[in-house]
Amino acid sequence: MTGPTARRPCGDGANQFTGSIWIFGDDVDTDAIIPARYLNTSDPQELAKHCMEDADPEFPGKVRPGDILVAGKNFGCGSSREHAPIAIKAAGVSCVIAVSFARIFYRNAFNMGLPILECPEAVREAGQGDTFSVCLETGEIHNVTRGRSYQAAPVPPFMIELLQSGGLMGYVKKRHLWESRS
Amino acid sequence: MPMTLAEKILAAHTDRGNVHPGELLEVRVDFCFGNDITAPIAIKAFRESGARKVFDPQRVALIPDHFTPNKDIASAMQVKILRDFAREFGIAHYFEVGRMGVEHALLPELGLVLPGDVVIGADSHTCTYGALGAFATGVGSTDLAAAMITGTTWFKVPASMKFVYHGRLKPWVGGKDLILYTIGQIGVDGARYMAMEFTGPVIENLPMSHRMTMANMAIEAGAKVGLFAPDEITRQYIEGRAQRPYTFYASDADARYETIHEWDVSTLDPMVALPHLPENVKPVTDLPEIPIDQVVIGSCTNGRLEDLREAAAVLKGRKVHSSVRCLVIPATQKIYRDALDEGLLQIFLDAEAAVSTPTCGPCLGGHMGILAAGERAVATTNRNFVGRMGHPESEVYLSSPAVAAASAVLGRIAHPDEVR
Ligand code: SF4
Repeated sequence: MTGPTARRPCGDGANQFTGSIWIFGDDVDTDAIIPARYLNTSDPQELAKHCMEDADPEFPGKVRPGDILVAGKNFGCGSSREHAPIAIKAAGVSCVIAVSFARIFYRNAFNMGLPILECPEAVREAGQGDTFSVCLETGEIHNVTRGRSYQAAPVPPFMIELLQSGGLMGYVKKRHLWESRS
Repeated sequence: MPMTLAEKILAAHTDRGNVHPGELLEVRVDFCFGNDITAPIAIKAFRESGARKVFDPQRVALIPDHFTPNKDIASAMQVKILRDFAREFGIAHYFEVGRMGVEHALLPELGLVLPGDVVIGADSHTCTYGALGAFATGVGSTDLAAAMITGTTWFKVPASMKFVYHGRLKPWVGGKDLILYTIGQIGVDGARYMAMEFTGPVIENLPMSHRMTMANMAIEAGAKVGLFAPDEITRQYIEGRAQRPYTFYASDADARYETIHEWDVSTLDPMVALPHLPENVKPVTDLPEIPIDQVVIGSCTNGRLEDLREAAAVLKGRKVHSSVRCLVIPATQKIYRDALDEGLLQIFLDAEAAVSTPTCGPCLGGHMGILAAGERAVATTNRNFVGRMGHPESEVYLSSPAVAAASAVLGRIAHPDEVR
């Protein structure tokens, strides 16, 4: 479903992100997301300083909290490093929308608490610097600049809880460990 | 709603009647495991979480197989992390050298992974158990840590691709050739995210060891799982091994497939994947003269007893070529013993091949047979990426055990019929 439709409400608003978009191409690999030369640390803030630097040297300096990454097919291909979604998240990016994601990046992103959505139509019609408003609950992506809405697969409640817990281990601690102790 | 085999297994591990491709699901896990490379990171995450127990000590395995017997101090330290954790948390299935095997050969052999299971392993070739009709797939160390605590994991339901193999296989043609042919046809990305389902008359008669070889390499086509519907062959394999109850699932007749490939494989020759991708496949009969330096017969792909028999049938009464080093690595301790009892080891030794204790070893360029610059190996393993078996300027050609053995004898890549 695409088109200039009216937006539906997005739950309590906690899982709605609005921000400027940064557009990248197809096959952005994990080396472009965080170059291997910076992998001698796993400190998120250090990684964030170099996020996407080889694809766009200006990105780390200019990205604002809440901004949204938009990319083509196979985003996050290459190595299985978990540093890639960590760097993107620490750079302040609220979510990534791509035509498709590399298999391991897809898993790593959720496990590290970075929301991602697949939506080819939204990517195709986007322009650099457009403003997107994204609702994880409904999967609706609204291009505010162009007044058009797109439908991605909604993120189910357990995955939203996982993202809100900061990723898989946070979710496990919250859901399984604290419960079993009380 | 009709469902595929993959969808049925996943649905059975949730509280849902139906699941659809693309959906995100939280599913129960029947078994999970890691190895000496991946488990230490999972154990670190497990300890940091503050968890006090694993969800079920009978359903977790820790298998040090990649660098064991420990090749250096660093690997010894890694294995110690597994050993200490296994003792502290009462992990039933920890395997010390002398009892261990390559994980994907060992777990089915012991009846620890079963038809209808959902299995996750922190290793990409976990998909091997699709041969038994289990939804088994490789995950990251964080996923393993979470599963060890909760007994659950999350999946995006894959769409399914069906592969139908018709005809009759020629002599010396088997599971390895079928899967190499398939990857050659669809490419290393051809089944990305997907469940591959292997079917058809050829598959119905294919022995379990060959099914495991095929399922093992589903990941080389980018697939999440590579599945065979359990049948009488599965039942015979499972009987006497299964450590738990199990379930046979099958796809509904009207299940939805993203694509269906149908091939007549009657004219298929033994296949070889040339450097440096498993999709770079050619019939061995089409190759020019390619001299080789090393042969490796083993790994989770082709290190089972049937594979050793196939190699021994070619090597019997012959010698490995004077310029070739031939390494035979039974994948588990039981395979090693059975090969000894059947006289296969005698055949290998008489042929002047080296026989090693079970290990992944050279498969990942770890130890026990590393290639120098410019050297060429024929291996029954699953990956021929740049530098996979040693120096970045070395080359790996992937083949069946029969082709590997024939190549060892002739000192060049060869069809088994050329050995006489
Ligand atoms: S034998 Fe090779 S492919 Fe199989 S688990 Fe070991 S290293 Fe991985």
